[in-house]
Amino acid sequence: MSTTTAPQTQAQSPANEKMTGARILWASLEREGVQTVFGYPGGAILPVYDALKHSAIRHILVRHEQGATHMADGFARASGKVGVAMATSGPGATNMVTGIATAMLDSSPVVCITGQVGSKFIGSDAFQEVDITGITLPITKHNYLVTKAEDIARTVREAFYIAQSGRPGPVLIDITKDAQQSSCVFDWEGAAPQLPGYRPDLSPSRQDYEKALELIRASKRPIILAGHGIILSGATQEVCKLVEHLDIPVAVTLLGLGGIPASHPLNLGMMGMHGEAWVNTAIQEADLLIALGMRFDDRVTGNLNTYAKNAKKIHVEIDPAEINKNVKVDVALVGDLREVLRELQPKLESTPKHPEWVQYIGQLKGDSAVRDIQNLPDSGHLYAAHVINDLWRETGGNAIVVTDVGQHQMWEAQYYRHNTPRSLITSGGLGTMGFALPAAIGAKVARPEAEVWVVVGDGGFQMTMPEMATIFQEKIKIHIAIINNGYLGMVRQWQEFFYSRNYAASPLVNPDFVKLAEACGIRGISVTQRAGVIPAIREAREHAGPVLIDFRVEQEDTVYPMVPAGADLKDMIRRPNPVVDTEMEW
Amino acid sequence: MLNTFVVYVEDKPGVLARVAILFRRRAFNIETLTVGRTDVPGVSRMTIVVDTDEQGALRIEANVYKLVNVLRIQNITGSNVTRDLALIKVAINADTHAQVQEIANKHGANIVETGPEAVILEFTSTKDKMDQFIAALRPYRILEMVCTGHVAMAGCSQASHSGALLIEEIKGGAQGIPRSV
Repeated sequence: MSTTTAPQTQAQSPANEKMTGARILWASLEREGVQTVFGYPGGAILPVYDALKHSAIRHILVRHEQGATHMADGFARASGKVGVAMATSGPGATNMVTGIATAMLDSSPVVCITGQVGSKFIGSDAFQEVDITGITLPITKHNYLVTKAEDIARTVREAFYIAQSGRPGPVLIDITKDAQQSSCVFDWEGAAPQLPGYRPDLSPSRQDYEKALELIRASKRPIILAGHGIILSGATQEVCKLVEHLDIPVAVTLLGLGGIPASHPLNLGMMGMHGEAWVNTAIQEADLLIALGMRFDDRVTGNLNTYAKNAKKIHVEIDPAEINKNVKVDVALVGDLREVLRELQPKLESTPKHPEWVQYIGQLKGDSAVRDIQNLPDSGHLYAAHVINDLWRETGGNAIVVTDVGQHQMWEAQYYRHNTPRSLITSGGLGTMGFALPAAIGAKVARPEAEVWVVVGDGGFQMTMPEMATIFQEKIKIHIAIINNGYLGMVRQWQEFFYSRNYAASPLVNPDFVKLAEACGIRGISVTQRAGVIPAIREAREHAGPVLIDFRVEQEDTVYPMVPAGADLKDMIRRPNPVVDTEMEW
Repeated sequence: MLNTFVVYVEDKPGVLARVAILFRRRAFNIETLTVGRTDVPGVSRMTIVVDTDEQGALRIEANVYKLVNVLRIQNITGSNVTRDLALIKVAINADTHAQVQEIANKHGANIVETGPEAVILEFTSTKDKMDQFIAALRPYRILEMVCTGHVAMAGCSQASHSGALLIEEIKGGAQGIPRSV
């Protein structure tokens, strides 16, 4: 992973000069290439904030610490670099918990730094004391309590190394106030990581490769399951090469979208609960699954007892604990995906292609595409699918889209076609509502040249809405598309299907989002008709500052197809009575 | 079935909590867990016994391996030597003192302290023999008892892994756990 060097600053003192722990922290972050920290000050982290003046690092003041962690997460997902969030002790630290768990479930390299009460007061229930290392044990890849200034530099080095190596994940560093205040010599070179037990670099055995090759050669109906690991490992080229060489169709997980181009002729699209019907059918009829950097999540497999029953399974995965966790596989290739594929590729020279299988899936696609994807009722009425499809067309598919969680997230996955890695940022594993707006701020800071769109529901938007003030203060130019249906849409959909349309606590009476945006210096636009979508998107793209568009879409629209939780992949609920819409491009 | 794991860990604050929380989070029930020092300062050794199947044991191995402070995990189920240590305080009187003494002798337990109304017995054995010993003492009223849980070591026919050897292996860049299906 590449890191950029921060500008030389006063934080780097001459050798042997003593520095406070607080200054050592900033200097260490600079040495790790950090240019931006998302944070919120408070009593136990004040010495660190006091020392910020000695550093060239940009600090972005958030409005809630959950926002800081999502921003660091969005930064990491957009750039592949470590994102850094900072907060004070007690409530500052506990507010980070949701963001840390989000990063953990989606393997995002984030380092969170929290202040802690003085080491003498630990365990005394001091003001704003909370055991944040204890609280975050199960939701961090690793965490630290630092009580001495001497330990800060080495801890930062270890934390950054752990966060981004192997299967990435969040690391928390809790630093007591006295460790921030006391002084010692800053010796970066002498602070090399000491991690004898941390050996994430695994590689498959020769026998495992042989077994995998045998299965690939014998297969008549293989399918590749492409996951987030492709993006994390930077294996897009290797996967495409494999796919093209063997003529194997690819199904993609939600977090794998963009890992291989949506425009690739062998890319079938998303699998699973809201995956396209032909994708799930192809998986169920395959005789070999080649799973690349994915973890057979329950939203992907449906009923495990009937999942791809007649298929052999090869699992290429960096995390040994994922092997046989949900789905029993025949061969596991445990290691970095890109390296494994580079090893595998030359051994596949004489492997047969699968034209009949590919042709067969093509037929499935033609059949169900007409029913589920292309055809939406067109009464001039506004549907979320229209909005997202138009957004895709207007941005040429080149924007970074950051979504929240729910119906709009699934529509985004279905109707916005991602051709490049890191162009879709979404909370998959934890499914964290409120993720989109702050994560998009982080993504924009990581890639200021990119066009960033938030696609968010009216429910999730209101969970982290105060971060609009962060946009205002920090002059962040992003666009916000609220898919506003006046419901917690996915909750309503489940209530429609599984709870006799008892819409308990799912209708929303919303504030005026346009006025809220205007109050935060964000241009607000309201769209209620199909004809208004493209003009609004164009206005947003031409405007110099941030824009919020409140799309008032069909209230009781439903995401199709849908595999009910725990059902067989083939038992999809399909869109009823399609009406042909000629304007939908696909 | 019962699986026995030997886990070498760095002797750092919170390591036991990390291991314990992992088992709880992944819904594995710990039968016994013991922890103590090894031949190398700074390295501790745990013996963890868990009731799980073969796949569960592999998942435990992989998950524990991932903990940053864990140096090595090894499943030594099958060929191993396992012992529990118990201290048992048994009530005695003039009539029963000799009988308790005889039971202790018969089972190979040591009497480590004798008072006017009780004796403390020290007994090291496998779980089965421990159960028999406890059953034999029950009629005499057990006042207090403590048992360590298993400590285990791979048998002499298996490769040995001293803490010192382990550190050498890690420095030499040994790969973690092999992971074949």
